[in-house]
Amino acid sequence: MTTELNRGLRLEITDDRHFFEGKVADLLDRLYGAALRLAKNREDAEDLVAEAVAKAWASRRSLKDPEKFRSWIFRILTNTFISGCRKQAVRPQAETFQEHPSDVETAFSLFEELHQPFLLWWGNPEKDFLNKLLSQDIEKAVDTLPEAFRMVIVLSDMEGFSYQEISEILRVPVGTVRSRLARGRGLLQKALWEHGKDAGLIKST
Amino acid sequence: MKKVKTIGCEEALKHLLAYLDQEAGAIKRREVERHIEICRTCFSRAEFEQSLKTRLREAGRGTMRSSFEKRIKILFDQFTTKQKRETP
Ligand SMILES: [Zn+2]
Repeated sequence: MTTELNRGLRLEITDDRHFFEGKVADLLDRLYGAALRLAKNREDAEDLVAEAVAKAWASRRSLKDPEKFRSWIFRILTNTFISGCRKQAVRPQAETFQEHPSDVETAFSLFEELHQPFLLWWGNPEKDFLNKLLSQDIEKAVDTLPEAFRMVIVLSDMEGFSYQEISEILRVPVGTVRSRLARGRGLLQKALWEHGKDAGLIKST
Repeated sequence: MKKVKTIGCEEALKHLLAYLDQEAGAIKRREVERHIEICRTCFSRAEFEQSLKTRLREAGRGTMRSSFEKRIKILFDQFTTKQKRETP
């Protein structure tokens, strides 16, 4: 009886425009930030968020638990992004990759490249490097990642979703989330390293 | 309470990212924590990876144009007009 009532109440809540609008308003900058990293440019990111919000409203009754609004709408956002990519007539290249990364790909570590164990305590080249990086540098490095890795980095590092939530958002096993994250982070650090060398942020020793 | 197993750098690094993501199980978490307390290199590594995560988190906040926020508002208004038409 109480559960029936609760369910009825919950449906009413999610059906309510003010509930929906409030939730979206709270998340809008995060949705937009994520969309910007997925779509890589402002116009497409705006379209992506607008489309996802409209879709979310249309399917608001599929949200069974109002507590899960955030992962629910991010799922709609990533789905909209993926289906948008598929519709595009020309794709830069089909991104095929091995689900299980080789050691070479996950092994790259900025820290290992930069850290100098015998330096005196106040010297911290890896910290200096991070401090010199601009937000744009980090954004650009994320943009170089293949889609599958970019999505997990965005959902995990940028949005702070748990592995389980990411697995539900992307509908892939948790193990896949872990391996894509490991590989994505390796690739990201490699991209930052290359950028650092090009921009002269790394002193050659 | 059970004694925390002492682990080496290799083992600590294997679980470091899951640890920072708060995805390591209770036992691994304690092992990594203990290792970081006693190993300067892994401590610095953890600090570095955490700072990078923080930078990424900040980079995820996009600055929206006011025209876009307006667009979303208009979208909401359309929802309610549609809804009114749907339910007589
Ligand atoms: Zn160590």
